Amino acid sequence: MTTNALTSKSSTSGRAGDKIFSGAALAAGVLILVTLFAVAVFLLIQALPTFFADPAKVSGGQGFFAYIWPIVIGTIIAAAIALLVATPIGIGVALFISHFAPRKVAGPLGYLIDLLAAIPSVIYGAWGYMVLAPALVPGYEWLAQYLGFIPIFEGPASQTGKTMLTAGIVLAVMVLPIITSLSREIFLQTPKLHEEAALALGATRWEMITTAVIPFARPGIISAVMLGLGRALGETMAVALVLSTGNLIPSLIKTGNQTIAAEIALNFPEAFGLRLSELIAAGLVLFLITLLVNMIARGIIARHKEFSGAN
Amino acid sequence: MSATTTNLNNKANGNSAPPVRKRNSLAKGKLPKWAIWAIAAGSIVLGAAASTLTGFNVASFAIYSAIIFLIAASVITTVVEGKRRGKNAMWTYLIYAAFIVALIPLASVLYTVLQKGLPGINSHFLFSSMNGVTGAVDNQTVANGEPVIGGAYHAVMGTLLITLWATLISVPVGMLTAVYLVEYGQGKALSKAITFFVDVMTGIPSIVAGLFAAALFGIILGPNARMGIVAAVALSVLMIPTVVRSTEEMLKIVPNELREASFALGVRRWRTILKVVIPTAISGIASGVTLAIARVIGETAPILVTAGIASNINLNVFANWMSTLPTFIYYQILTPTSPTNVDPSVQRAWAAALLLILMVMALNLIARLVASIFAPKKGR
Repeated sequence: MTTNALTSKSSTSGRAGDKIFSGAALAAGVLILVTLFAVAVFLLIQALPTFFADPAKVSGGQGFFAYIWPIVIGTIIAAAIALLVATPIGIGVALFISHFAPRKVAGPLGYLIDLLAAIPSVIYGAWGYMVLAPALVPGYEWLAQYLGFIPIFEGPASQTGKTMLTAGIVLAVMVLPIITSLSREIFLQTPKLHEEAALALGATRWEMITTAVIPFARPGIISAVMLGLGRALGETMAVALVLSTGNLIPSLIKTGNQTIAAEIALNFPEAFGLRLSELIAAGLVLFLITLLVNMIARGIIARHKEFSGAN
Repeated sequence: MSATTTNLNNKANGNSAPPVRKRNSLAKGKLPKWAIWAIAAGSIVLGAAASTLTGFNVASFAIYSAIIFLIAASVITTVVEGKRRGKNAMWTYLIYAAFIVALIPLASVLYTVLQKGLPGINSHFLFSSMNGVTGAVDNQTVANGEPVIGGAYHAVMGTLLITLWATLISVPVGMLTAVYLVEYGQGKALSKAITFFVDVMTGIPSIVAGLFAAALFGIILGPNARMGIVAAVALSVLMIPTVVRSTEEMLKIVPNELREASFALGVRRWRTILKVVIPTAISGIASGVTLAIARVIGETAPILVTAGIASNINLNVFANWMSTLPTFIYYQILTPTSPTNVDPSVQRAWAAALLLILMVMALNLIARLVASIFAPKKGR
């Protein structure tokens, strides 16, 4: 009796359960692929009217390309500033935590840096708007006065401090924890024997890092920076709050410039009709740019999978 | 050892002539321990002096002192201990400096939020909405010196509801995907594709996720369909990859012996997964999900384009616009309720920011506690 009950139960409900469960798991996996595909398709459908619209009706009156070009450049400038600031500091912090800090405090210090990643972006935006921007005004005036001959520091400096450089610095703060945590993981994976061999040959700590740690971690650092770049390109709130927007200009310390993400956030709530479609088209451009950057980064990680912990 | 270093020195100098008896670099003078503190003290004094010349302020004082210390310490180490150690010292100080520089924004943000947010937190703020609070109300409270009227209750509820719905969508999808990747799809092309695109999805800009949800519901329900559930869909696009990654990692470390033991007892695969594999990994999964919630709860941009903004309490995610804490902060700062008296709006914004940070920190803490207390059992 009991054996019958067991076998019958197992052969009916069990087999069906197996099918349903594996089917559900497969469906969930496929759903993710479909979603990513749908992101691209729906954005494309909603954006299409812009590409076929009368160029005079698109914002700026010269067609979509003339509209999107300056804000693509603005996005790249903001991300470039963020990376220029965050990469050396981020790698420095990662080295500090992995190789310089006493082992007992290294863990808590790493957690402290991870806290930077936990703070919501709108709070960074508010901080940049109310604290950082006013604090940087004297610095900008100094730059305009002494380095004003360089186009990017051309004066007169903004009196509110709400400039591209401020936005870039806020973005750098937000990108920093990404670069730090990924490079830290990789630095920690450097083979101990390589490090000890370098030290045994009489290398100083810095020589050990340049000869053993950095060459091992180079692909990991590159992909960490690329992932940071992806974040910086797509970050919205910091720029929307911190930057007073305007036309594309070379000077980083004057009011002006705009990024794609902030353009969408600032204008979408009131947009309708062609303007809506324009903003979605801008979103599509941003999506493609970040997709490209992330795919390259992930490609680098995948190729060096056996070394890196960043996957 | 001394022979090695002498050889090294010879090589460095390009000497192939009979070794000149040079002072061994290991035996060469080392800076005494107090020297570095002396240099630091000297740099601070010089930094203060340099800063006073250009009109004293804390920032220039710190920058000048740091630069003077860096140069002085490196040069003195180079002179006393040699070129290689000098270089080592310079980079060591630079790396310490990088860490300190990285802490400045963290400290500044936390200090600002606490200092500006605490005065605004009271029961009125927590339990009332912005319904009926207009610029005139703000002007009057400022003129009469009364406490600020209007709170963030509607935004708190909006945040909780939208995040709850996003979690309800993301957790089943994310966990099932992870189960597929680990238990069913090992080595298949489809699972490789999913892994790759989940990674790519992690990098989708949040505003694009918002636009996607807006475009999707815009096609179904007509343009300007803004409500809580649209925002929840947008947030799940951001949340699913995080849930998949963390669940996958946890399922992978469940020892295979457990699965094999269960199979050997004649238990079906789906029951093995539900009763053996997932319970073993549940603490890690729970902590991963909590971190994913912490990540999306602070998202602003996707809410902005999907749920709109409201000043009244709306507890129905399927109809009408909704506010969340991040969008509340954003609008209070960017478009103050009263353009002439911005102080009440600023106070509300920072109080909301403090609430939001507390929520995120609490979630992070819970995640860490869950992970450490119920740490998954690893194989031996």
